[in-house]
Amino acid sequence: MGASHGHRLHYHGHSRIHRLPAECKVVALVAFVLCVVATPRGAYWAYGVDAVALGLAIAWSHVPVGYLAKRMVVEVPFVIFALLLPFIALGHRIEVAGLSVSQAGLESGLTLLCRATLGVVAALLLAATTEPRDIIAGLEGKLPRRMVQIMAMMVRYLDVTSDQLRRMRIARESRGFVARNPRHWPVLAQSAGAFFVRSYERGERVHLAMLARGYDGQLPGLTRAVPRRHDWVVASLLPLAACVTALWTWGQR
Amino acid sequence: MTWRSDRRERPVHVPDGFLDAPTSLATGALAAAGVAVALRKAGRELDEKTAPMAGLVAAFIFATQMLNFPVGAGTSGHLIGGALAAVLVGPWTAILCMSVVLLTQALLFADGGVTAIGTNVSLMGVITVAAGFAVFSLVRRMAPRSARGVVVGSFLAALVSVPAAAAAFVFLFEVGGTAEISLATVASAMIGWHILIGVGEAFITALTVSSVMAVRPDLVYGARSLLTKRQLLIRPDHAADVAT
Repeated sequence: MGASHGHRLHYHGHSRIHRLPAECKVVALVAFVLCVVATPRGAYWAYGVDAVALGLAIAWSHVPVGYLAKRMVVEVPFVIFALLLPFIALGHRIEVAGLSVSQAGLESGLTLLCRATLGVVAALLLAATTEPRDIIAGLEGKLPRRMVQIMAMMVRYLDVTSDQLRRMRIARESRGFVARNPRHWPVLAQSAGAFFVRSYERGERVHLAMLARGYDGQLPGLTRAVPRRHDWVVASLLPLAACVTALWTWGQR
Repeated sequence: MTWRSDRRERPVHVPDGFLDAPTSLATGALAAAGVAVALRKAGRELDEKTAPMAGLVAAFIFATQMLNFPVGAGTSGHLIGGALAAVLVGPWTAILCMSVVLLTQALLFADGGVTAIGTNVSLMGVITVAAGFAVFSLVRRMAPRSARGVVVGSFLAALVSVPAAAAAFVFLFEVGGTAEISLATVASAMIGWHILIGVGEAFITALTVSSVMAVRPDLVYGARSLLTKRQLLIRPDHAADVAT
């Protein structure tokens, strides 16, 4: 199990970015990444402009760069893929530093690297500056209500269930069991099975407790800040920069 | 199930910019349609308990995906869990839970691109569950109605679910991939690798289902038809013993 679960992506702060209503930030994130992906491939300076805009947003949020950089490990498999692309792609081959690489592959590899990095950093900024419950409340009205409710319940109990799984691992290890190879899978799978039964039974208890307190299918407490016009203006700055850059690049072609 | 070194703790998600915009929009529409149907049908599996129960099942999937299954030599596997969820809680609830897990990972954990949410939900949320449950139902219809049939069914369901998602990914990459790689290279690498991964997913899914079957068979959606056949037996000779 990793240390990456729970709500540990949130970085406490009071910057303007932190205080923006969550729905503004979610919309801004999606719009920004859409613009980045719509920027033509190979337009590296445009990705540079997007990166500068995103960097300014990070500076404004007062979230340390190192905090975000550490969490960029989720991108690693795609960095490897992007680095392999020039060697496995088809098309005209050119010499770079004494290696024969595909020109198209080099271009798409670098483009993928730029787009995926911008997407990951932008998503990390959202997660670092927004409390999970605010993100969920911000999704109310935009997604089916039942989906939002499931998500709210899941996030509420994620730490409880993850801790349960951690306690089960500690219990196994304190009895001298550490899984090392596939022969140990039955023990781990038994834990997973017990974990399912416990999660399900917890769900039943939670549901009964909610019924006892008058639950009628509505989740109260999903209150959210109502975005005002200047919130939307602030939130639109980043996607606007990316959008202008993308349009400008297309105009140059 | 995906193998990788211990650095990352979850199955690999598609990032932003991997597929072009029209393909991402199309997978978004597919995911939305899948979730919409699942929302309507999930009521039959969990009735009014949907939100609390499905929430806890989603938390179960989320946490189980982070469970390390060591393969040896420092690498470990991680469950995707689509087929497992389908067998345990039924296909519609499974689609809802998997979608919520993937959505949360994209928005709260920056795992998987926000413009690739539709792709990730389609591949890992809808296709693994649909392919897995289709195989499971087929096996259940052909195999004898027994606990072993349920376990074998979940093994084959998980075995097929992973390469099915990989094949769908290869199709998407061919239609809307942003890199020029020959179809043969992508197909052999992705599907070949994921057949292996599927074997791991199959073993863990089957072992997990069988351990739940041993203690709470009533919680396994795929085994419900077994339980309805059981009847309370009152044997007259023993009843007479007790009475006297």
